[in-house]
Formats: sequence, structure tokens, C-alpha cells
Amino acid sequence: MKKAFPILGLLTAALLSYALYDALIVAPKEQTMGDVQRIFYYHVPSAWTAFLLFFLNFLASIQYLVRRDPETDKVANWVVITFAVLTCVAAFVIKLVPDLMKALPEGVELSSIATTGPIIAGIYFLLRKLFSVEDSDALAVTTAEVGVVFCTVVLVTGPLWARPVWGIWWTWDVRLTSTLVLWLIYVSYLVLRRFSSSGQTPVLAAALAVFGALDVPLVYFSIWIFRTQHPQPVIGGGGSIDPRMLRVLLVNWLAFLCFAFLVCWSRYRLERLKRQVEETQALEALLEPRGAVR
Amino acid sequence: MTYLYVAYAATWAIHVGYLITLAVRYSRLKQEINDLNKK
Amino acid sequence: MSAPSGVTFATLMKDVRLEWRSKDAINSMLFFALLVVVVFSFSFDPLAEESRQIAGGLVWVAFLFASVVALNQTWARELRNQVLDAYRVSPAPANSLFLAKALGNLIFVLVLEAVMTPLFIVFYKLRALGPAWQLLPVAILGTWAIVVNGTFFAAMSLRTRSREIMLPLLLFPITIPALVSMVEATKIILVGDPATSAKFWIVLLATYDVVFTTGCLALFETVLHAE
Repeated sequence: MKKAFPILGLLTAALLSYALYDALIVAPKEQTMGDVQRIFYYHVPSAWTAFLLFFLNFLASIQYLVRRDPETDKVANWVVITFAVLTCVAAFVIKLVPDLMKALPEGVELSSIATTGPIIAGIYFLLRKLFSVEDSDALAVTTAEVGVVFCTVVLVTGPLWARPVWGIWWTWDVRLTSTLVLWLIYVSYLVLRRFSSSGQTPVLAAALAVFGALDVPLVYFSIWIFRTQHPQPVIGGGGSIDPRMLRVLLVNWLAFLCFAFLVCWSRYRLERLKRQVEETQALEALLEPRGAVR
Repeated sequence: MTYLYVAYAATWAIHVGYLITLAVRYSRLKQEINDLNKK
Repeated sequence: MSAPSGVTFATLMKDVRLEWRSKDAINSMLFFALLVVVVFSFSFDPLAEESRQIAGGLVWVAFLFASVVALNQTWARELRNQVLDAYRVSPAPANSLFLAKALGNLIFVLVLEAVMTPLFIVFYKLRALGPAWQLLPVAILGTWAIVVNGTFFAAMSLRTRSREIMLPLLLFPITIPALVSMVEATKIILVGDPATSAKFWIVLLATYDVVFTTGCLALFETVLHAE
């Protein structure tokens, strides 16, 4: 396993370099914004990666809270399975009822509704299999930290893109504001973990993570309504995207996903090592008085 | 134009900065492990 | 069935009585809110027409900061006298304790709002041009949103360093949807444009309250035993 790391590292570096070349040279120049638009190829994949990592944090936190007790664990398993089945069924029901079909928001495909539920359930059970209860907590910390790093990139590249294009550094539009709030929530999560001296910090942090995750859709929704009442600059075209640009975007996303995976892996190993050291130190502290008596 | 390069540079600065903090934490842990091993 | 609510009621009454005698929280909250109002009034002319637009946000920011003062000391009394340990051992459901604390905080902050509102009206020459009665559900639902999460996070930050900073740090990001709703609803009611209605924001507030009250009740037992 450990030998794979350098090889994967080299491959990821190569992929990132290729993605950079794609973004700077191969991708066509945007008509209205010019070369600055190329920030898009770093900004959007970072955002998607951050959201994915935060979602993994949500799943890991739930698992940590739920798996400590066998009863709640069973209940949670059934809830997840029911969720997956319901989303599949919902897709069919929506198709059959014309009123619901009309109520479907733009751009949402029935197939994505039908597949997302089972995919989420699959990831939940995969995590359950791969990580023990303690390790779920380590995974939660890891994904939160790396997620914050990627979210910071989003919040830095966003204004750097906005300034030359619209002349302002910041605007309180939906996406930027909800990303900022997301960043704040997870930074507060990390601060709680750092500053809490209770032995049950992981439990508290997991509870906070669940709250934060519940909050995110509410934040997005409330700010969306809040801001659509006022005129605002529109971010990124709502319509279709040039297929060449799409290709470059996806290549960059893949590269950043591989990079994020390696960073998470490193952070996770660090976390596991730290916990082992702490356990050993605790044992040492227990054993020392005996040695002193002798 | 320069905004583009600043953005890309900032992205990598943030990532490299984080990786450096990881490396620092690693070396501190290794130090603690050495201390424990000596005991 | 009567046992949990009995416990809740008893704990609530104890807190209200204690607070009535000492008036600790109420006094500090009042003073803090008053300070905030005065300082804000220096930053812009409170008599201008635009202030009617901003007043909604200001009022709620003042109440939010003042609530944090009350929330911070929610559990302090319990911690000092080892009441929490007694609670953990007793068969009383943890939720009763939480509800009692949250309701107590709700009462305190609502009292604060009742006292401060006339002052705000006088300082900023506020007059609701829209349906003023709608401010009541906004106040109750909004205050509950702050208080329910605040009581929960106050319990969470009990054993953390820099406890007083931890509470607002955890609380503010999570309460942003509620804050947005409160501020927007208040603004719509004050400005009184007949084309707009605060009903949507009130519904959003109610949704937020339901979601997070459920979350707090579900997770409080875990948090209580985690300290």
C-alpha cells in the first residue's frame, strides 16, 4: 500500500501538469471575458471537490454518532436503504405524474434523481465496511480539513475572477455567500476540535458536522430567495458550455480529485499515527508510577 | 491577464502551504515517537 | 407522559425564579443591547429614511449579540454546582433539561426584546408601515431559532478553552438562514410595500425551527453524556 503512494504521486503530478496545460493553452479563449475566464478551470473543480469532501465528512460524522450503539446502527442502515429505494421510486412516480414533471426544476434529470440516492447509500455502506468506528472519526477530521483547504481556494479564486470581469471583488450573491457560510461552518468545526478538551470531542464535533450539513441546503435556499429579490451580476453562463471547455473542466476536476485523494490519504495516515502515539503516551503515563515506586 | 496567474499561483500556494503544515506535523510526531522509543 | 413535561416545567420554573431574584442575565443583556443601539446610531443618521431599511437588520444584530450574553451563562450555574452530573445519573430524560433551558432562555430574550423595542422605536423613529402584528411570529420564531441552537452549542462548548468565543463562533454560521429570514421579514414589515409579503420568510423561519429543534432534541442526550 505504502509503495503505491509515490507512484500515484507522480501520476497525479503528471495529470495536474497536463490539466494545467489544457487550461492555459488548449482551452479556447472565451469571447467576452478573455483569458481571465481560465480561472474557471481551477475555481469550479475546487468547489466540486470541497463539496464532495464535506459530504464525506457528513457521512463519516453520522457513522461515528450512529455506530457506537448497535441499535441505532441498525436503524440507520435501514434509513439509508429506505432513502435509496425511495429516490428510485420517486423518479418513476414523477415520470408518471405530469404535474410533478412540470414542477421539476430546470436541468434536473430523472435519471440523476434515480441514481444519486443509491450512490449515496453505496458510499455510506462502503465507508462502513472500510472504516471502523474510530477510523470514521479520523476520516471526518481529514475530510473537513482538506475540504476547508479546497474551499479556501474557491473563496480566493472567486474574487480574483470577479474583479477583472465585473470590477468588484465580492458580491453577496447565492453561490459566493453560501460558499462563505459553508467555509465558516467547517472552520468552526475544526476550531471546536482543536479547542475542546473533553474526552468526547469526536462526538461533539460529529454532532456539529451533522448540524452544519443540515444547514447547508437551508443556507443556499434562503440566500437564493434573499438575493433574487435584488439585481445582481450573474455568475457563469446558465446555458450550455462549449464541449472543448467541458473537456478541460473535467480533466482538471479529475486531476484535482486525484490530488485531493492523495492529500486526504496523507492527512489520514497522520491522524492515525497521532492517535497511536497518544494512546502509547497515555499507557506510558499509567505505567510510570509503578516504575517510580520500584 | 495577471489576475489569471495570481489565481493559479494562489491556488498552489494554498495547497503547498497546507502540505507544509502536514510535513511539519509529521516531523513533530516522528520526534515524539523517537522519544517514546528511547524510554 | 406527565413525568417528562413535569420535569421540564419544574426545571424551567427553577431557572425563572433564580433569574428573577438575581436578574443577572437580564441586566447584562439589557445593558449590552442598549450599548449596541447607541453605538450603531453613531455610525449613521438614524432619522434618515434609509434607516427604515437597515433598522430591521440592526435590531436583530443587537438582539443576537445580547442573546449570546445570556446563552453563555446558561449552563454555568449547573456546572458550578455539579447539577449536570446529578442529571446524568437521574432517570429524568435529557431532553426535559434541554427544553427547560431553551424555554428559559427564550423567555429571557423575549423579555429583553419587549423592553428594548420601545427604545428602538424612539431612537430610530421606527414605525411599521406594513402589518405590524406579523412582527410577533417573526420575533417568537426568530428568537427560538437563536435560542434553541444557542442552548445546544452552549452545552457543546462547556469543556472547551475560550468558551465565550466558541459559542458565537459555532452559533453564527449555523443561524445565518434564520437571521436572513428575520432581517428580511422585519424589513418587509417596516417598509410596508404592499407588493411584498413577509409570509415566505415566516414559513422559512418555522421550517428552520422545526428542523433544528428536532436535531437538538435528537442529539442533546449524546452531548450531555459526552461532557
